[in-house]
Amino acid sequence: MTQELHNEHAVVVEGLTKRFGNFVAVDSMSFNVKRGEIFGFLGPNGAGKSTTIRMLCGLLGPTEGSARVGGYDISTEPDRVKENIGYMSQRFSLYEDLTVEENIRFYGGIYGLEGAQFEERRQWAIEMAGLRGKETALTRTLSGGWKQRLALGCAVLHQPPIVFLDEPTGGVDPVSRRDFWDLIYNLSSEGTTVFVTTHYLDEAEHCNTIGLVYAGRLIALGSPTSLKSKLERYAIYEVVSENPVDAMDLLQKQPWVAETSIFGSAFHVSTDASTGSDAEIRRTLEQGNIGISRIQRISPSLEDVFIQLIAEESEK
Amino acid sequence: MIHANIVPIFKKEFRQIRRDKRALGILVFLPAFMLVMVGYALNFDVKHLAVAVTDLDRSALSRELVERMTQSEYLELHHEVEAAEDIDPLLESGSATIGLVIPAGFSNDLLSGKEAHLQVLIDGSNSNTGSVAQGYISLAVRDFSNRVAMRWLETRGVSVPIAILLEPKLWYNPELKSAKFLVPGLFGLILMIVTVISTSLSIVREKEMGTMEQLKTSPLGSNEIILGKTIPYLLISLVAATIIMIVGWWLFDVTIKGSIPLLYLAVVLFLLGGLGQGILISNVAHTQQVAFIMSVFSSLLPSFLLSGFVFPINSMPGFLQVISNVIPAKFFLVIVRSIIMKGVGVAPIWEQFAYLAMFAFATIGISAVRLQRELSR
Repeated sequence: MTQELHNEHAVVVEGLTKRFGNFVAVDSMSFNVKRGEIFGFLGPNGAGKSTTIRMLCGLLGPTEGSARVGGYDISTEPDRVKENIGYMSQRFSLYEDLTVEENIRFYGGIYGLEGAQFEERRQWAIEMAGLRGKETALTRTLSGGWKQRLALGCAVLHQPPIVFLDEPTGGVDPVSRRDFWDLIYNLSSEGTTVFVTTHYLDEAEHCNTIGLVYAGRLIALGSPTSLKSKLERYAIYEVVSENPVDAMDLLQKQPWVAETSIFGSAFHVSTDASTGSDAEIRRTLEQGNIGISRIQRISPSLEDVFIQLIAEESEK
Repeated sequence: MIHANIVPIFKKEFRQIRRDKRALGILVFLPAFMLVMVGYALNFDVKHLAVAVTDLDRSALSRELVERMTQSEYLELHHEVEAAEDIDPLLESGSATIGLVIPAGFSNDLLSGKEAHLQVLIDGSNSNTGSVAQGYISLAVRDFSNRVAMRWLETRGVSVPIAILLEPKLWYNPELKSAKFLVPGLFGLILMIVTVISTSLSIVREKEMGTMEQLKTSPLGSNEIILGKTIPYLLISLVAATIIMIVGWWLFDVTIKGSIPLLYLAVVLFLLGGLGQGILISNVAHTQQVAFIMSVFSSLLPSFLLSGFVFPINSMPGFLQVISNVIPAKFFLVIVRSIIMKGVGVAPIWEQFAYLAMFAFATIGISAVRLQRELSR
């Protein structure tokens, strides 16, 4: 690993593994996160996202492998790592019995901010969280969105070059979620590397790079566009049918169908791009006496990619 | 390796305690309140025992016996009944503790040199009161029969020198007041509860809220987190200790005969052990309820039952005596009673000091190692 690579990458992960007894939570993961990018860690609950983030933040020691965060080894230089990161978890980790101001003061204090520098960051955090005029409110009285922004403000008060956000939008309403992503963009545009885990696919679309995690393994890595292009050999159709369950059953048996999955009131069928077509789907369902009201070819969403990749992964 | 960053934790902890009026009340005033309650309620002094008498003899001597018996503050004549059977209901209802039946012919027997019999019925349902009552009665009867014998001899011109005069002197607690014995003991009990419960709860609360995780990703080390969180409780416990001493002096006349700095040294050592125990509990417990139950079971119960606070250790079965040797309150009590009541220096109690230091060192050491391992797991 050359120094150059470290200058370019905020996080370098090599063969990182975490076992709890016989259970492999994280299975030899390797990836790099570029400086200043928004890196999304996407996967279902229990896939090993949080465990990975906890290792990178020095909350857990790895069983095998290594990682460098901000150029420091997480196993041998955890103290240097901690000076260079901000961390925010789904639980928002604020003191509910302290006021907004007191929470900021406390987190500023433990990171050694003082004087004019602290004052400037305090103003910034209050402004950013939209809590001007609410400085003396007890944190427990704030709504979810405010708590979330205040927690982010406290986590980056010391202006860390890298910030880890573990499911930061869990349990927050859609408007607050969008506002929150604006804050993440701002951080990133100021040069902060943002490492964020989520299980919301729409959020993953906002990331520069996505790592797809399934059962402790990294099954795909790339920009949202490059991940979608992995599905070029498939054609994806959205079908609306009065009997979607039987329709999906029937289609799944066809050799040219790769995968079917429910999407709201419709379902998606991914077919081999060369042999499948809407006419083929229509004919199959008519032969099975299953009515369809609509069929349409669509461009794949990240969700289609995710489902397809997981299906391929489970077949292995 | 301790940063200056420990100060914000202090400040935060004090703010949280100050904001939580209930917790503050528990920490500072509950101890004094418990002292008052227990100091007055836990009273082993046996005084003003109610006596019921059936005097079937009705002689000058029998009247003198009753009068002599009930002239002290220990026994009081409450009922005089006609028949011996009338005493039973009085004992049953608890309106008398002692029943005295003076049979007919009591004074005749006594004056004619025969054995005179006196029937005494004692309510033994409270074994402590019962045995004390028995002691009072037999002393009073012996005293009375000595007087009668002397008088009998004197009327025949024989003067008898009294060979032995017993002059008992009670040291350290001359009035034998149980409060003076209990208050120093309560001191240990209360401090133990306050420190173990409050430290374990305050750490487990941060685990529950997820803020502990936040602290661990900061540059603070585990030592700083723990010290920052526990030192405020140590200081508050010292304030509570001082309040207990003032209340003890004010209400129960408990004065400190020995050195106050030495007493505070013992208190600090004892509190450190309690803090260590609280931290250890917080290592294991994941919810505040569990932490609370573990704290009560590991501090309150043993400190109350096995420390010699109320029940003498020497009269416990062997295995309990062995177990009592790991209860820090037992050693603390010896120190506190020695310093407060006897005014001794460090020489006779250095072993107890050494034990308290060992306990504090062990609990804090083990929890520090555990925390370190938790971080590097």
